[in-house]
Amino acid sequence: MDFLRPASWEEALAAKAEHPTAVPIAGGTDVMVEINFDHRRPEYLLDLNRIGDLSEWEVGEKTVRLGASVSYTKIMENLRAELPGLALASHTVASPQIRNRGGVGGNLGTASPAGDAHPALLASGCEVEVESLRGRRMIPIDDFYVGVKRNAMEPDELIRSVHLPKADGPQQFSKVGTRNAMVIAVCAFGIALHPETRTVRTGIGSAAPTPVRAKEAEDFLAAALDEGGFWESGSPIPPSVAKQFAQLASGACNPIDDVRGSAKYRRHAVGIMARRTLGWTWESYRGNERSAQCA
Amino acid sequence: MRVTFTVNGRQQEADDVWEGESLLYVLRERMGLPGSKNACEQGECGSCTVRLDGVPVCSCLVAAGQVEGHEVVTVEGLADYAKQRAEHGSCGSGACGTSIDAAKQWEARPADSQTGENTELSPIQQAFIDAGAVQCGFCTPGLLVAADELLERNASPSDADIREALSGNLCRCTGYEKILDAVRLAAARGEGQTAGQGA
Ligand SMILES: Cc1cc2nc3c(=O)[nH]c(=O)nc-3n(C[C@H](O)[C@H](O)[C@H](O)COP(=O)(O)OP(=O)(O)OC[C@H]3O[C@@H](n4cnc5c(N)ncnc54)[C@H](O)[C@@H]3O)c2cc1C
Ligand code: FES
Ligand code: FES
Repeated sequence: MDFLRPASWEEALAAKAEHPTAVPIAGGTDVMVEINFDHRRPEYLLDLNRIGDLSEWEVGEKTVRLGASVSYTKIMENLRAELPGLALASHTVASPQIRNRGGVGGNLGTASPAGDAHPALLASGCEVEVESLRGRRMIPIDDFYVGVKRNAMEPDELIRSVHLPKADGPQQFSKVGTRNAMVIAVCAFGIALHPETRTVRTGIGSAAPTPVRAKEAEDFLAAALDEGGFWESGSPIPPSVAKQFAQLASGACNPIDDVRGSAKYRRHAVGIMARRTLGWTWESYRGNERSAQCA
Repeated sequence: MRVTFTVNGRQQEADDVWEGESLLYVLRERMGLPGSKNACEQGECGSCTVRLDGVPVCSCLVAAGQVEGHEVVTVEGLADYAKQRAEHGSCGSGACGTSIDAAKQWEARPADSQTGENTELSPIQQAFIDAGAVQCGFCTPGLLVAADELLERNASPSDADIREALSGNLCRCTGYEKILDAVRLAAARGEGQTAGQGA
């Protein structure tokens, strides 16, 4: 094995071009587990820790440019106002020690359907900035997850940052697990209200081969809110609408039975989380902040 | 490969390190610092917790090469670390944690043994003993490092703060109650000491 330690982004791209099989290592919270357990013996490890730029973020007028290696802890501490959905999701990842090292770039690199950042990223409608010596491209998050633990990146590409729209309305994240800390999601749900475009976006974790949006549920809800003039009136959402939204969210799942839960349970739980998180975000849109943050 | 970094204030070097080796392995097997424990090697138990540039991390999940040129504090250096922090004042400003510069200036005053025997205990270590928070002791080093960092950031943590800060550290013996007691005790003693200093 070789350990490559590029000091700059350009050096990292050159190294990845020269050794496309090199495994990038950021926080190492996925990579090191695989190495410790002999599940992976890469020829090259490409350490990204010396590239300071990757651990920085910039808050622009409309978007936040989040460096690939910004830790979950930093997201929770610094970007709660701009990226509330992602900050909530970050807080449910593992433990303080893991959150101090792991970040969104690694979550995207692994592209596990259970990764907690994904529902929030899908709901926000972000773009992933990837680059190689051949050039830079922005991958819309909807096109990023292409299969079980597979993403849309080419072997010579690295993730530089994620460009997320700043929240223009309330966002929520909910996760089912057997305990509060240190738990892989049985399933998870993210929702973002976008009052500026009068749309709602969602993300579902651990209930399909990849993280997915509940598009039919989104379209149904957007139409219902529009037709009923809810964005203007701020009236409560009728239970029938919330119920239909929940059912459609359930229907967007394509889960499996595994040790963490059955497919049936996952479908059911996603429906419940969809209804609850819709309730929380809508109440907060109407100006009634929820007092407790837990489900 | 060769890896050089600072451990408990002293520069250390390890040769013939395998590229996939963890910081935990280097500390335990190459540097003779077995305080950080290896129980799971997958980030689940926290018994390998150390400070990396001031930040608590699972040393089993940090590649040794990633630590080149950085600062590590292990449980063996905790007493000295806490002492220097007390002497040089810690964070009353709200900007908490240890800056890299501060960490660089810090040097452990070597006791007889590199493993930290014969040194005074840090307040959190003493509190663990006094509260009866140690049974088999396997989880203790990681908990001490995590709890010490909590108290550095937050001198009077709520129970929820303590639970959150220690949520990455498993203990199979104590049932956690005595561990919570120990952190509360250390916090109360710390407050007694800093009362009137505006911290
Ligand atoms: C005990 C434990 C509990 C966990 N709990 C959770 C949890 O609750 N929720 C959750 O979502 N995850 C969890 N994880 C998984 C892990 O912490 C996350 O996936 C984390 O986001 C990974 O980030 P990292 O920087 O550590 O990634 P790394 O391990 O460094 O990398 C992960 C993958 O991404 C690639 N990669 C990293 N950076 C880049 C880049 N810039 N460009 C291209 N590829 C890159 C790597 O090559 C690798 O394939 C847990 C892990 C552990 C050990
Ligand atoms: S040995 Fe590192 S977390 Fe268990
Ligand atoms: S005292 Fe035995 S594991 Fe905690």
